[in-house]
Amino acid sequence: MDETIKLLMGNEAMGQGLIEAGCQIAAAYPGTPSTEILQAVIDNKERAVEPLHVEWSLNEKIAFEVALAGSYSGKRSVAVMKQVGLNVAADPFMRTAYLGVKGGMLTIVADDPGPHSSQNEQDTRLFCLQGRVPVLDPASPAQAKEMIPAAFELSEKYEMNIVLRPTTRICHSRQNVALGQAAPLQRSADFQRDTGRWAATPAFLPALHRKLNANLEKIAQEPAWQPLYSAGDGSRKRTALVASGIVYGNLVDLLDELGLSGQVDLYQVLMPYPLNPDFSEKMKRDYDQVLVLEETYPVIELQMAHAQAQGKQTGAVPREGELTPDVLHQVLADFLDLPQPAQPAQERRGQRPSLCPGCPHRAAFYSIKKCFPKGIFPSDIGCYTLGLNLGAVDTVHCMGACISQGAGFYQAYQQDGDFPTIVVTIGDSTFFHAGVPALINAVVQQARIIVVILDNATTAMTGGQPVPHMGVAAGNKPTKAIAIEPLVKASGVDFLESCDPYDSSQFETLLKQADDYIRSDEGGVAVLISRHGCIMDPRVRKAQAASVVKINDKCVGCRKCTDAFECPALVFDDESNLAVLDQDRCIGCGTCIPVCPVDAIVTVEEIDPVKTVGKEESS
Amino acid sequence: MKQQIIVSGIGGQGVLFLTRVIAQVAVNKGVAVLTSETHGMAQRGGTVLSSIKVGDFSSPLIRAGQADVGLLLWEANLEVHSGLMKAEGKLFVSAQQSGEGERIDATGIAREIGNPVLSNLVLLGLAVKQQALFCTAEECEVAIRQLAPPKFVEQNIEAFNRGLDR
Repeated sequence: MDETIKLLMGNEAMGQGLIEAGCQIAAAYPGTPSTEILQAVIDNKERAVEPLHVEWSLNEKIAFEVALAGSYSGKRSVAVMKQVGLNVAADPFMRTAYLGVKGGMLTIVADDPGPHSSQNEQDTRLFCLQGRVPVLDPASPAQAKEMIPAAFELSEKYEMNIVLRPTTRICHSRQNVALGQAAPLQRSADFQRDTGRWAATPAFLPALHRKLNANLEKIAQEPAWQPLYSAGDGSRKRTALVASGIVYGNLVDLLDELGLSGQVDLYQVLMPYPLNPDFSEKMKRDYDQVLVLEETYPVIELQMAHAQAQGKQTGAVPREGELTPDVLHQVLADFLDLPQPAQPAQERRGQRPSLCPGCPHRAAFYSIKKCFPKGIFPSDIGCYTLGLNLGAVDTVHCMGACISQGAGFYQAYQQDGDFPTIVVTIGDSTFFHAGVPALINAVVQQARIIVVILDNATTAMTGGQPVPHMGVAAGNKPTKAIAIEPLVKASGVDFLESCDPYDSSQFETLLKQADDYIRSDEGGVAVLISRHGCIMDPRVRKAQAASVVKINDKCVGCRKCTDAFECPALVFDDESNLAVLDQDRCIGCGTCIPVCPVDAIVTVEEIDPVKTVGKEESS
Repeated sequence: MKQQIIVSGIGGQGVLFLTRVIAQVAVNKGVAVLTSETHGMAQRGGTVLSSIKVGDFSSPLIRAGQADVGLLLWEANLEVHSGLMKAEGKLFVSAQQSGEGERIDATGIAREIGNPVLSNLVLLGLAVKQQALFCTAEECEVAIRQLAPPKFVEQNIEAFNRGLDR
């Protein structure tokens, strides 16, 4: 057994690669599929041979700026985010292309073709083309890790930020990956003043822009980053396949399974932007038929501008969704004139996700919907998006949007006279990320809305990263706690209450009071903090009371508990036409008891919650 | 030797853990392995699918009709994921009632041991017993001991053995 070979998730491999490359400042905001990259840096910090600052920043813009200054100081740094996080960090990201960096700086942006867990499937490589930032596209976890030290060197050679763009299938793939040793770089923080650069006014920018363009031309020619070539056997003349990222891996396996390995000239593009113009010329000169395979936008295809190339621009390759092996099979069959693959069975959807049994958000959503059946419910990004299943979420847009959207709904309705009750739901981490400016704006613009902050004391969707009001930073390091209440009050909110949503009668009383307040003469924004720890946290489970819950023979099969409350532990039995309780999934929280109109859901006995907390699995 | 394996279930059933155990066995044997997993929103009780490709592969994804072995922890996923199986592929399903594939009431057995989530290792035990996988029971036990939380190692091994001894 080779001890240096480990089974690593792509994200863990990249985290280990950052440590081995001597990265000293690492900042991120969690987001699927990128989250485990910074977590791996935190978990393996002891492998670093020099000081290493790691932080879960409040948002991606902040993470980027913290890493940027680390680089200005001459040290290696990284900012990590998911693809839509780059939108949040776009402002500093775009200017950094012009001003450059000092110590090596990487921005790791994880894309989510599909998408699997995102609000779009935007392509960071196209973002980089627009931002004029070199971008690397690894095809496996091992390659993603290998690229990191070389990318730092490239960054330092040209003093430019470099983007590494893994996709979900790299991030959440596991592979046997070799670990190396971290080498000391022995750098002390040494910020060199250069206002013409670090504070560049418009007068300095044309020259910086010129330098950027000159650098890009040179980077396009860097030998280490040229497309990798696997020659075909000549049986398919003047025909080539060009692929990048995971699509390359999918293509290699597909060619093997179809018995076509080594027949067609094959190129793996490592750096989709800037694409070497000599490569484009060679493709035009040497090939009449070229198929370009990339996720998700035609970045290579656009730059190559080969008149006969087929790809997303020509419609030969689907323009949306992942290029899975099955999708590729059809594309390749059409391109190489192979036998048509069997039509895949109509894809069936499996079980939809739902809030966990005992999730405090479910109780909150149920009460909100019950109190305001005709309300408008803007919500946000997180587990609580699943409030959709309870009919208590009407809009989900992007981090922090719900408060501004709620305010916008109010303005649109109130100018016609009356307004519906608008209940916004936002998680605690999302509130800190982008909710605070929106809340201040709503107050200043005199919106009359109810903002429910779903405070479960963690960033739940991504696996429980720390939030500012808990007084804990990355790696369980104690820090100052920033409470939500004073922030809300300082934002000018005069109605502020908090309540455990498990106490549904009190929670509903407060919701009605909030509605009275927003409709009163002096009304404005009302904030209700729904406070109960995330049920995924074993400490929360151990601390709360639990009972054996049963459904007795009073059940009339009205489906209210299974449909309107939608707990995975409540199942409708089609044979008996009654609701039944799945004891394997029930955690005995009892939040479903008030839901039943005929009081058929009852507690039988108190149980020790510790015994119900099973094996915990990391996510 | 090349083998393509799918593990199918719903979030919270331990699909990821089972995936890691099988992949760790490959690593321990010095064989190349690639897996793909479902993370994020779907893990909240939704359908999840892992793939494991053992041997010389470049992609972690499995094409329709290419899986040699299927481990299904959630019977209802049969209609979603059975299309990935080879015609001669070996399918193991955790279920109480009879039907497609070789079946075992893994959840019932795991419940007896004290934790229904251990149905994942019961099912692994059955697949190993039937010599469907690239590895031996001893190799699996080593990987389980490496990856299970220390407090639960013996319970995990017991679950695996119950599937193995059936």
